[in-house]
Amino acid sequence: MRIRVIEENCQGHNRCKAIAPDLFDLDEIGNASAANDGVVPPGQEEMARLAVENCPEFAIEIIEE
Amino acid sequence: MSEEQRPVEDWTSDFDIFDPEYVKNPGPVWNEMRSKCPIAHTERWGGAWMATKYDDLRELVRMVPELSSRSPAVVPVPPQMREELIAEVKMYGSENPPITADPPEHKPYKQLILPFFTPSAVEGYRQFTEDLAHDLIDRIIDNGEGDAAEDYAQQIPPLVIAQMLGIDPGRGAEFTEWTRGVLEIGQTDPEARRKYRTIIRDFFAELIVQRRAEPTDDMISRLIAAEVEGEKLSDHTISGICFLLLVAGIDTTWSSIGSSLWHFAGHAEDRRRLAAEPDLFPTAIEEMLRFYAPVMMARKVTQHVEMGDKVLCPGDKMILSFPAGNRDPDVFDRPDEVVLDRERNRHVAFGLGIHRCAGSNLARMEMDVALRVWFERIPEFELSDPGAVTWAGGQVRGPRSIPVCFPVG
Repeated sequence: MRIRVIEENCQGHNRCKAIAPDLFDLDEIGNASAANDGVVPPGQEEMARLAVENCPEFAIEIIEE
Repeated sequence: MSEEQRPVEDWTSDFDIFDPEYVKNPGPVWNEMRSKCPIAHTERWGGAWMATKYDDLRELVRMVPELSSRSPAVVPVPPQMREELIAEVKMYGSENPPITADPPEHKPYKQLILPFFTPSAVEGYRQFTEDLAHDLIDRIIDNGEGDAAEDYAQQIPPLVIAQMLGIDPGRGAEFTEWTRGVLEIGQTDPEARRKYRTIIRDFFAELIVQRRAEPTDDMISRLIAAEVEGEKLSDHTISGICFLLLVAGIDTTWSSIGSSLWHFAGHAEDRRRLAAEPDLFPTAIEEMLRFYAPVMMARKVTQHVEMGDKVLCPGDKMILSFPAGNRDPDVFDRPDEVVLDRERNRHVAFGLGIHRCAGSNLARMEMDVALRVWFERIPEFELSDPGAVTWAGGQVRGPRSIPVCFPVG
């Protein structure tokens, strides 16, 4: 699975990092980007889906299931 | 009977955000508005629209510059203050950036304060907050009773923010009084609002002078040293930012903590479940934020905008009811139920878009500590006088007083 953060939509709510800490990196102002180039390690797909569904800005996409 | 005291006849065209029954239990009114309007209107309190649907809120926050943040207060500023504020804005720019700023002014101010509020930055205050929470509980634990709002929820945010702003912790009780003066009492009492706003401004003016002379590592010193677009900030702007951080971080957070404790004090099944399953705290806190979201914001309409069958006109006030959006059945399963292990919860208690609450990580840390420490020390508690609980309404909604009793020893 691969995900990405639509960076211009991220407003730093931090839901993604709180739910799936391994899948996201935060910058110095708290905005997110996908860790590891968006590649989701096996077993973490559900966490990735939860991160997508908890972002109020709809800023995370699954680009490959 | 004054205009404002007349009972509401039709919530879609004559809503009253201060109606006591509405403040006590707004859910049913929001449901009515969402299904009938969904953007309600009123002539009360200076006139306003109110958006209640999640998708409408998403659309409205993107409408910049059609909707301006220059006046985010839900209740309008009294006429004598309006002149003052207009003059100040002409001279110094936005009054309390970034909350009152529109693009392009907004972004540099937001980015200036965000580093103080990242998840890792706020973790630095967790120990202080824990020690404080335990201290507050120590004071009531042998009494078998207390007020979860006055003795606890309302005591935490002022001291945490004071700590962040580098203010003498001994003045915590004063900040509480000043903030309540501006935001709670001051909502419907213009003189109080003006008085406390001035006190706070003067307090910060003096502090800025002190820090210019002797800088430390605190937030005020960093604001003094900072530059926006290559220029240092004026004292007026620094004071405005401090005012915002003070006021934004206090009654909002105490309302969330208070609402949560009120919920658990009155719902034994939820209380016992959370006490038995502390792993639920993260989702439970998000559910408390969703269900009891305390804050609404407003925008000033600057251009004609059509939203469904409504036409917003320049000069109109648009109230963004994030709490109402949090109960939207189109987005949330079982929206009017508290579900402690709710996994899908993209609530908007902290707003949406560029004005997303900068303090959201701090608020969550304070809620997490306040609730965990309370449950650790007083896992079984209940409302001792449910009728005595009154709710403050308006821009920020939360319980003013929560008398509780609990077993001793």
